[in-house]
Amino acid sequence: MRVNRRMTATVATAAVVGLTLAACGSGGSGGDDSGDSAGGQVEVFTWWAAGSEKAGLDALVGVFDEQHPDIEFVNGAVAGGAGSAAKDLLQTRLQAQDPPDTFQAHAGAELQDYIDAAQIEDVSDLYDEFGLTDAFPADLVDRLSSEDGAIYSIPSNIHRANVVWANPTVLEENGIDPEAQYDDLDAWIADLEKLDEAGVTAISVGTTWTQVHLLETVLLADLGPEAYSGLWDGSTDWEGAEVTAALEDFETIIGLTNDDRDGLDWPEATQLVIDGSAAFNVMGDWAVAAFEEQDKVLGEDFTATPVPGTDGVFDFLADSFTLPVGAPDAEGATAWLETVGSLEGQVAFNKAKGSIPARTDADPAEFSEYQQGAIESFSNDTIVSSLAHGAAAPVATLTAISDATSKFTTGASDLAGYQSELAAAAQG
Amino acid sequence: MLKKLRRVGPPLLLLAPSLILVGVFVYGLIAANFSTSLTDNHTAAQATGQKPAAFVWFTNYLDLLASEDFQHSLTNLVLYTVVFLAGTMVMGFLWAWMLEKPVKGEGLFRSVYLFPMAVSFVASGVVWRWLLNSNQDEQASGLNRLFQVVGLDVLQNNWWNNVTFGIVAIAIPAIWQLSGYVMALFLAGFRGIPDELREAARVDGASEWKLYRHVLFPQLSPVALSALIIIGHMSLKAFDLIMSISKPANYQTKVPAVDMFVFKSSFDYANAAAVGSILLIIVALVIVPYLVRTNREEKR
Repeated sequence: MRVNRRMTATVATAAVVGLTLAACGSGGSGGDDSGDSAGGQVEVFTWWAAGSEKAGLDALVGVFDEQHPDIEFVNGAVAGGAGSAAKDLLQTRLQAQDPPDTFQAHAGAELQDYIDAAQIEDVSDLYDEFGLTDAFPADLVDRLSSEDGAIYSIPSNIHRANVVWANPTVLEENGIDPEAQYDDLDAWIADLEKLDEAGVTAISVGTTWTQVHLLETVLLADLGPEAYSGLWDGSTDWEGAEVTAALEDFETIIGLTNDDRDGLDWPEATQLVIDGSAAFNVMGDWAVAAFEEQDKVLGEDFTATPVPGTDGVFDFLADSFTLPVGAPDAEGATAWLETVGSLEGQVAFNKAKGSIPARTDADPAEFSEYQQGAIESFSNDTIVSSLAHGAAAPVATLTAISDATSKFTTGASDLAGYQSELAAAAQG
Repeated sequence: MLKKLRRVGPPLLLLAPSLILVGVFVYGLIAANFSTSLTDNHTAAQATGQKPAAFVWFTNYLDLLASEDFQHSLTNLVLYTVVFLAGTMVMGFLWAWMLEKPVKGEGLFRSVYLFPMAVSFVASGVVWRWLLNSNQDEQASGLNRLFQVVGLDVLQNNWWNNVTFGIVAIAIPAIWQLSGYVMALFLAGFRGIPDELREAARVDGASEWKLYRHVLFPQLSPVALSALIIIGHMSLKAFDLIMSISKPANYQTKVPAVDMFVFKSSFDYANAAAVGSILLIIVALVIVPYLVRTNREEKR
């Protein structure tokens, strides 16, 4: 018995000691795995894990390997939930002070939280070093600058949010001219109502964020670019009559959408137009990939025009790369940022991904027909920031606006309630 | 002294690893969560210590409980729990009652009813999202289409997109998945009742109803209570099924667990922690009386 008891004690002690050791061991290994050697490596954290995004990333890596053959690229892509899984993991890693060397983020106000938390570095110097200030349109540089005038990320590509996709066959069948140019939303809504009476889904929309996307284009159409931008810096009154009128239009349009919207993400909503069960869909220009994948031809099988009332305005959003504070290999990260901003990098990436370069010196002839049109608009139009994609407002504001929008479109709040919730959300 | 150490020491050492782990990773983290919920740590800057976070007592809790949106989440939680509990208990009991009499192919039925439990909520959620599609008439699919095919067009509805009762639609797949489990519990309960008791009651001239009412039901009540507790606490923590059928931003299907996720994603750690504490308290209200009761019974 005695022996037995002693043995128990030994085992127990061993267990405790082992556990303590294990705890110590895991505490130490945090930042030392990415080497400090001259060559170095760069861990690039993105949510580009599939489809055209993956193809774009691969093309960008190809250019990076040519420009910086001594630095090893480490793919830190996280799949799932249109980036939400990646953002969740990123939040944890930044919190634990274990940042990747560089991470993908929407350019603009969405970065504000990281800036406030001192998690990303000011990269304005790199703009001068790489000569990006002149390569990007001045409007864009303005939109990228934070309140203190510094810039915290380098955009890799530009997307346009205010695009309406239509199926000309459905329009013709219901007696609507697919070539029609609408001067404002009212004219468009009249046609939408005609389609609705004919028993077609006039305009398809998906879950909450696509509804917010629709809301932002409606606000942009009714308020105009200046007043729309004023919504985000406080110079336009959210409680004003103009906003009320825009929200009334939004209410009308939502009434003409598909009933199962809350269960769909954007590909399914766009698919309704491709399949001909809906006439219109408002979605960013990444939707062009969905049409092209199914061998649809622009101008024949589908049309892409600015949302009525927003002609001459480019509602932009951009993916961009940052330099986190305490990046294990800051040199590698800087090299990556150089490639991201370079002409070769932007052309290779955007040709594969279907977006357009942020630089104005790219040759449009290298791109597809839709992209050529977008490049032209980008250099001529007034540029405003997208709300639904993080360019216009910080995450907390966007979350509050999304909540209010979901509440309104499911019928839990009336227009006045919605408007005051939006006003409260924008105040933060 | 040494003797006492010899007697208490080894067991204590053996228990120490689990005590430390539970202490740190369960109770320690609950305490950390609770203390976060008492601060105004609502932004990323405060979470990383760039800006100070102040201690605000129970302000977050009061604000949450006063907000209409959180009340809506709580109402949803209650609705979901009531329907889920009632559904699984009724279905589970009925199935157990039918299988309790010796039937042909009992094993087959038992597996058929129990099988949905083997499917993860996320996987079944994907299928049920399609079945519960809220399109009606021409565009209908899923169950609404089925209703049309069998000529029950009036039964078509918008399922989980109903702003008040949408959450009840999500309880349907939950009931489908867990009724079999409740059935298994009840079946075990029925099998645990000795035949002598039934025979004695019959000899005494009890009718079938009286037999159930006065002999079988009292014997089954501990099983029923366990089932209620198990299903009840699962229901209060419902998250995965709701996330895979609906989306976190959808107002109609919000419950506190979804709110917690949304708060956390927008760097509002204080409110996320407060919602977590509220959920913990609600679950504790269900579990603790049960534990106390079991403990007392074991001592007896």
